[in-house]
Amino acid sequence: MDKDTVRKVAGLARIRMNDAELEAMALKLGKIMGFVEQLGEINTDNVAPLASVVDIDLRLREDKVTDGNCVDDVLANAPEKTQGFFVVPKIVE
Amino acid sequence: MTELTHLTIADALKGLEKKDFTATELTKAHVDAMAAAKSLNAFVTETPELAMRQAAESDKRRAAGKAGPLDGIPLAIKDLFCTKGVRTTASSHMLENFVPTYESTVSANLFRDGAVMLGKTSLDEFAMGSSNTTSYFGNVINPWKSGNGKDLVPGGSSGGSAAIVAARAAMGATGTDTGGSIRQPAAFCGIAGIKPTYGRCSRWGVIAFASSLDQAGVFARTTRDCAILLKSAAGFDPKDSTSANKPVPDYEAALTGNIKGLKVGIPKEYNVEGMPEEIARIWQQGTEWLKDSGAQIVDVSLPHTKYALATYYIIAPAEASSNLARYDGVRYGLREPGNDLREVYENTRAKGFGDEVKRRIMIGTYVLSAGYYDAYYIKAQKVRRLIAEDFTKAFQQCEVLLTPTAPSAAFAIGENQDDPIKMYLNDVFTVPASMAGVPGMSVPAGLNADGLPLGLQIIGRPWEEETVFRVSDVIEQKAAFTALPQTLRKKAA
Repeated sequence: MDKDTVRKVAGLARIRMNDAELEAMALKLGKIMGFVEQLGEINTDNVAPLASVVDIDLRLREDKVTDGNCVDDVLANAPEKTQGFFVVPKIVE
Repeated sequence: MTELTHLTIADALKGLEKKDFTATELTKAHVDAMAAAKSLNAFVTETPELAMRQAAESDKRRAAGKAGPLDGIPLAIKDLFCTKGVRTTASSHMLENFVPTYESTVSANLFRDGAVMLGKTSLDEFAMGSSNTTSYFGNVINPWKSGNGKDLVPGGSSGGSAAIVAARAAMGATGTDTGGSIRQPAAFCGIAGIKPTYGRCSRWGVIAFASSLDQAGVFARTTRDCAILLKSAAGFDPKDSTSANKPVPDYEAALTGNIKGLKVGIPKEYNVEGMPEEIARIWQQGTEWLKDSGAQIVDVSLPHTKYALATYYIIAPAEASSNLARYDGVRYGLREPGNDLREVYENTRAKGFGDEVKRRIMIGTYVLSAGYYDAYYIKAQKVRRLIAEDFTKAFQQCEVLLTPTAPSAAFAIGENQDDPIKMYLNDVFTVPASMAGVPGMSVPAGLNADGLPLGLQIIGRPWEEETVFRVSDVIEQKAAFTALPQTLRKKAA
């Protein structure tokens, strides 16, 4: 895997990496992707993908409010907050 | 009072009921043992004061005739289960100061039944690893030592839980298992551990790694103790959409010792190339024990076994990359400054995650990205179906499978570190059952030439943990595994 691909993926994953980190990552990712290439050996033409092993339909429940009014709990671990809101850097000038 | 820490949970419950000792005495003995086992670094957060408070309440309940099924039993909780008011880190810098305002269903179930919490045990960061060497809070050390005295890994990811139960400083512990994270550390530490059927224990309040594979379970030193703990931990939870609405059987009642006529499958594909002789030998020994006990041994085939690891290393990172997208420095966890929002994200995630977590997020992001999704992710999901079907077919010929738990005994800290593939191979025998969602248990079966424990794995049909427990119990009786970790033997002498 080349460094440019790794840089692009790191951008998608929102992880900052310097050049040295990109190179080290490229080496290890290359090894792992090389390892998984073996799946190409298996014929899966008529096989449906398996997303979940549980054979149940998602349950529905009555459409009513079951909790809420817990702003303090929701904000308890916020790195920065003010007046019941999360604070983030300015997005719109 | 040190002998209290060597009791099984079953015997401790009897002792509490007969008033031979109090929950306060039992808990104090374990708090002292924790202090003595500090060098193992098994806990991220110890909660001795909370434990003593809970023990005092337990004594009151028992005196009032209102004791629950686990009342007064001191347990360790893996630091992946959110505990209300007690910091929960997933062994990550990202969550170093995270204090949940809610309780995971599994830990809530255990407390409902009277359990006492000793603390939160270390793990591989976000449960990603097989050696407990990726924790932000340092390596966990196995209480067992190799002949040359080197420090060994406890296995992972639930390494702290396994190490502390083996060190007789907790009577049992919770774990989670995504590809072997309960079974492999149980084997490495010479204790028992079960990953039940996917859906048996609620995932609510368990910090997510790979949601289609993550399953909570328990550790203890005996099969019976695991059965007692799982009965309390398991159960339907409307808050988890994949939780099974099924009654939880009395697992302890399944330990009849009778496996006459039971069909035990030996999957030939687990005889992997280069398997150490000691592993092959213990597997053979286990097979003979079951045969001697009246079981019928059947040769079975799980033809896609060799592809399970590669499949796992696409599916688990893909789900992880999605699950871990929530750590953005906005709502909880670490925040690193940046000039704009994107920089905040990128700086926070660069600083907050360790190397192995970054690696898996990167793989997951790559296999889910445009142009690769079908070739990798969908392909892996198709192979996953073939692996699951292998089990369905095998279970038409037998009721349980017997395999080794891990391809080696515990290895030295630092080994297998440079090559991710070599580290991943640790999970070669545990990953397939995770892919299929079926229950798997590791039980100690003996020691290798170096005096280190080896485990055998029993894999059962979906929802048939009772059969798994019954077979595990028979192996336990035959193996008569009484060896203590070297670090404890010194103290006894």
